[in-house]
Amino acid sequence: MTETAPLAPGRSLWSDAWARLRANRAASLSALYLLLMALCCGIGPFVVPNDYTTIHQSYTKVPPRLSAYPTPEMIGPALDQVAKRARVEIRDWHETGGEITATLTAPRGVDDRAARYFDRSDLFDGATITPGAEVTTATLTARVERKWFLFGTDANGRDLLARTLVAGRVSLAIGLMAGLVAVVIGVLYGATSGFIGGKVDEAMMRVVDILYSLPFIFFVIMLVVFFGRNFLLTFLAVGAVMWLDMARIVRGQTLALKRLEFVQAAEALGVSRAGILRRHILPNLLGPVIIYMTLLVPTVIIMESFLSYLGLGVQEPMSSWGVLISQGAKNIPHANWLLAFPALFLISTLFALNFIGDGLRDALDPRDR
Amino acid sequence: MTTPILELRDIHVRFATLDGAVEAVRGVSFSIRRGETVAVVGESGSGKSQIMMGVMGLLAQNGRITGIAEFHGMNLIGLPRRALNRIRGERIAMIFQEPMTSLDPLFPIGAQLIEPLCHHQGLSRKAAHARAIELLQLVQIPEPERRMAAYPHELSGGQRQRVMIAMAISNNPELLIADEPTTALDVTIQAEILTLLRDLQERLGMAILFITHDLHVVRRIADRVVVMRRGEKVEEGPVETVFATPQNAYTRALIDAEPEGRKPPVALDAPVVLEVRDAAVTFGRRRRLFQPAEPGFRAVNGLSLTLRRGETIGIVGESGSGKSTLARAILRLLPATGTIRLHGRAIEDLAPRALLPLRRDMQVVMQDPFGSLSPRMTAGQIVAEGLLVHHPAMSAAERDRAAAEALTECQFDPALRNRYPHEFSGGQRQRIAIARALVLKPSIIVLDEPTSALDRQVQKQIVDLLRRLQAEHGLSYLFISHDLAVVRALSDRIMVLKSGELVEAGPCAEVIGAPKQDYTRRLVQAALLG
Amino acid sequence: MTRFILRRLLTAIPTLFLIVTISFFLMRVAPGGPFNQEKGLNPAVIENLNRVYQLDQPLWSQYLHYLSNLLHGDLGPSYTRPDFTVTEMFATALPISIQIGTLALLLALTIGSVLGIIAALNQNRGLDYLVVATATAGSTIPTFVIAPLYQLTFALSLSLVPVAGWGGGALVNKIGPVLTLMLPQLAVVARLMRGAMIEALRAHHIRTCRAMGLSEVSVVCRHALRSAVMPVISYAGPAAASLLTGSVIVETIFGIPGIGRYFVEAALARDYTVVMGTVVVLAAFTILFNLIVDLLYAIVDPRVRHD
Repeated sequence: MTETAPLAPGRSLWSDAWARLRANRAASLSALYLLLMALCCGIGPFVVPNDYTTIHQSYTKVPPRLSAYPTPEMIGPALDQVAKRARVEIRDWHETGGEITATLTAPRGVDDRAARYFDRSDLFDGATITPGAEVTTATLTARVERKWFLFGTDANGRDLLARTLVAGRVSLAIGLMAGLVAVVIGVLYGATSGFIGGKVDEAMMRVVDILYSLPFIFFVIMLVVFFGRNFLLTFLAVGAVMWLDMARIVRGQTLALKRLEFVQAAEALGVSRAGILRRHILPNLLGPVIIYMTLLVPTVIIMESFLSYLGLGVQEPMSSWGVLISQGAKNIPHANWLLAFPALFLISTLFALNFIGDGLRDALDPRDR
Repeated sequence: MTTPILELRDIHVRFATLDGAVEAVRGVSFSIRRGETVAVVGESGSGKSQIMMGVMGLLAQNGRITGIAEFHGMNLIGLPRRALNRIRGERIAMIFQEPMTSLDPLFPIGAQLIEPLCHHQGLSRKAAHARAIELLQLVQIPEPERRMAAYPHELSGGQRQRVMIAMAISNNPELLIADEPTTALDVTIQAEILTLLRDLQERLGMAILFITHDLHVVRRIADRVVVMRRGEKVEEGPVETVFATPQNAYTRALIDAEPEGRKPPVALDAPVVLEVRDAAVTFGRRRRLFQPAEPGFRAVNGLSLTLRRGETIGIVGESGSGKSTLARAILRLLPATGTIRLHGRAIEDLAPRALLPLRRDMQVVMQDPFGSLSPRMTAGQIVAEGLLVHHPAMSAAERDRAAAEALTECQFDPALRNRYPHEFSGGQRQRIAIARALVLKPSIIVLDEPTSALDRQVQKQIVDLLRRLQAEHGLSYLFISHDLAVVRALSDRIMVLKSGELVEAGPCAEVIGAPKQDYTRRLVQAALLG
Repeated sequence: MTRFILRRLLTAIPTLFLIVTISFFLMRVAPGGPFNQEKGLNPAVIENLNRVYQLDQPLWSQYLHYLSNLLHGDLGPSYTRPDFTVTEMFATALPISIQIGTLALLLALTIGSVLGIIAALNQNRGLDYLVVATATAGSTIPTFVIAPLYQLTFALSLSLVPVAGWGGGALVNKIGPVLTLMLPQLAVVARLMRGAMIEALRAHHIRTCRAMGLSEVSVVCRHALRSAVMPVISYAGPAAASLLTGSVIVETIFGIPGIGRYFVEAALARDYTVVMGTVVVLAAFTILFNLIVDLLYAIVDPRVRHD
């Protein structure tokens, strides 16, 4: 008789929280934005026109531009510059449909190899030199190489768009990784301490207290010195330092949960300690842990950019938003886009993470509404 | 007949929630006259508290009240805060259910008494101080001068409620609203507080609006009663009339919800299932370096009992009497001394592994229907968890079927077993908790205040359920409660505890009918059974 | 109370000792040393320098030496600035950091608290959203973005203040560092205060105050504020310790000769004594402020005194 009755579906606390989260517009939009950001940073560097390592010597610190470089005004001076290097002179030139035709002269005749100098420039491509009517003249034809620098370029002539996206990859990966490491260590440590309780708990928390009084910066700088340039290891280490708060939160929650009647009821049923931990304590810890994790990720990202700012983070040509911002800050009076774009990316990401964190807190802890 | 001092007309209270607006009170009207005591009665969720919260401007942020509440001809609803503050605390005062949290924990009670005196009467601090001491005397707080400097956490629950009353009457209000003022207190203290309120009313001539779910209290204190159900008034009238000839079916059901019947006796030769000798539990003992160990606090001091098959022992006592501690000691959830024999086998020294198969035989149902079910497991999972431990060979389908059967037996629709605890009412949750115990087919169930958090009507259903299950399965119960009415309906024998010691024990009818000890007599009287 | 303070100060000693020990060995295990950084030095000179500073001795003997000096209040000589002892360096650097830190902390606490209270009283209304948005911005925009923006606007474009430098402690030189140091803290304080205040206003005893017809000013400022201030106090303790001992970023950007800047330079140059000195000072500050927080707690909350 019981088998035939249709089972009424239940709404778990998780699905309730999910519904609340979806109703929170700021949080949903932020999640979407973050996903987009992750996608851009993940795939973007393969799609954007320039590689992040390529140095465009002719385009140092050019401002952002929606249409292609070079601008018409740039061609003349660039031609002159290459001509000087090639030891030729340009008598006259004109551009038609992306093709440059110029008349070159040189006192001892124009060498064919002069074409290479033009090819080597970032502005021209496919240069050919045909001997002119006189020995000392020749005609140069070359294509103008079109390049897009939507975010402009840095002091070395690297494409800022590509760099920002690659930097985002690093920053996001670091935030996620270090955050995960911190959460794993913190949850294990805190849950163990709280669940065992008594003397063990006291001793474990004393250790946390002592680590708390250690200057955090010192810790991180020491770690960076240890692990040197390996950014992956460095940020696993940063994560390993940032678990203290997590451990405290989880311990407090575990202690509180342990006192609740359903844990005692499970004990009276004869459920083993492992079973209580797995079925009763951990599922109820997940909420605070998720909330704390969303707060931790932006902290780690700021931490990384802060280290990079001091020159202790990621090394060139790899970059992170912190590295780019530090370079941008140094160029701020005359090339403000160098600060503006990375800062915009970093801040908007942090904002989104913050909104998601707030949304999650509201969703998982509805008492606060 | 005098004109009413407060007249409520067509009061509505609505709360904006995520699932849309909820109407907690729908068009309620009644009035209260000078010096009169009116009781508003209803079960939890009937909206009885929200009416006066709304009138006093104390609703939660998402709440709104509409209607008319005329106090001496002035409508209190929609009154600006400044004007309302000249009435609140001065002409209408209020006391609340939660004596533990209603006083500011960060200020001494003296300061909290003085502030409204200075504010409303413009007294100097010195005069207010003297008046506050008078008030504390009035509510019978011993050593009032010294108590002025005490903080709320240094007082007992009953004393805090007295301080709250002192604060409420400090400006001689015309109307005192008492919102379940005795619910959170022990029965003997409940009786004292009620006596105090009646006494003060006679002396000061104020009207009292008493909000409660407890019909005993209504019968004892009120002149008129308003019965509420689901936000609506179902009946109103003089107390004697309503109790004698209730017009409404719901009112009748409420009055009849008193647990009834007595337990049929067990055979004298029924086998003993549980025997406890000299159980003692000590808290807070610490071994210290270089110093003798702290003696600690004895929560249970040498208690013994013998439980037979099919028998129920009621363990009665007020908070702090050690009754729950005793239960946890017997269940071996707490370290204890003494011997515990289950079916003749000593279990007090068994290692957890050896204890495991015996745990199946002794199950527990706890008081808090909100706290005793894991919030992230479905009803079915909760009930089936014990099977997972004790019958690991069972398949998931078999476990599910067994859980569904146990739930059916507890009159819980098994089709709902995929739902989560927060989707159920208190009574339904308690049924899940009972099914969780029952599914393991134990011979003993320890019931730790299983009906205390429930409304009377639901209480009665649970009592009936427990009684039926006992008869069908030959269960033995250890029934722990502070509520003598429920204990009387279920128990063969009663043990009365106080401060961890046994006060009196004996057959149910004897202990309640002819108590030998003074403490038992007070308990029985306070519970209005005597 | 005195016994409590004494006991806490006594337990601080082993903590401090442990911190010194951990830091000492952690730093020494790291590769490099103070005198093999500069490539120009010839090996004989390095050897001489190491001998002068006793860096050629076994590690444990250096450790004991350092501990005994520390007990006498001697933090040792600086390796990279041979003319100064660490104590002398701190004597000039620490007051500067403390000055800026105190200003930033006090401003953050007062302005942040006021903003938080305003937001809580207007929960889910325009003013609340404004404060929350500002606070979110304040805590998400990193210092090293705000500082250059400040320099660009107020120093380079408007020429109201100097770009950087200490200028002997002139007021105009302090504005930038104090502002940038304060902003993130202010944001945190405002958010904390808002949350705590909302929680406090929902408490049963606040309902009692309202039911007694007390004025809104008394309800909010006397009763609710007193319980709401707790989380802010427990945040302010560690924050004070880190603010007073200097912010690396702010001191670097604004070229302020505070203890934070010295610390980073020293860490990179393996100037052991300076790093150790900073760690000791910071740890001492942390312990001190934790003690102050506990005392404040006991003053505000009688239940804590009870235990």
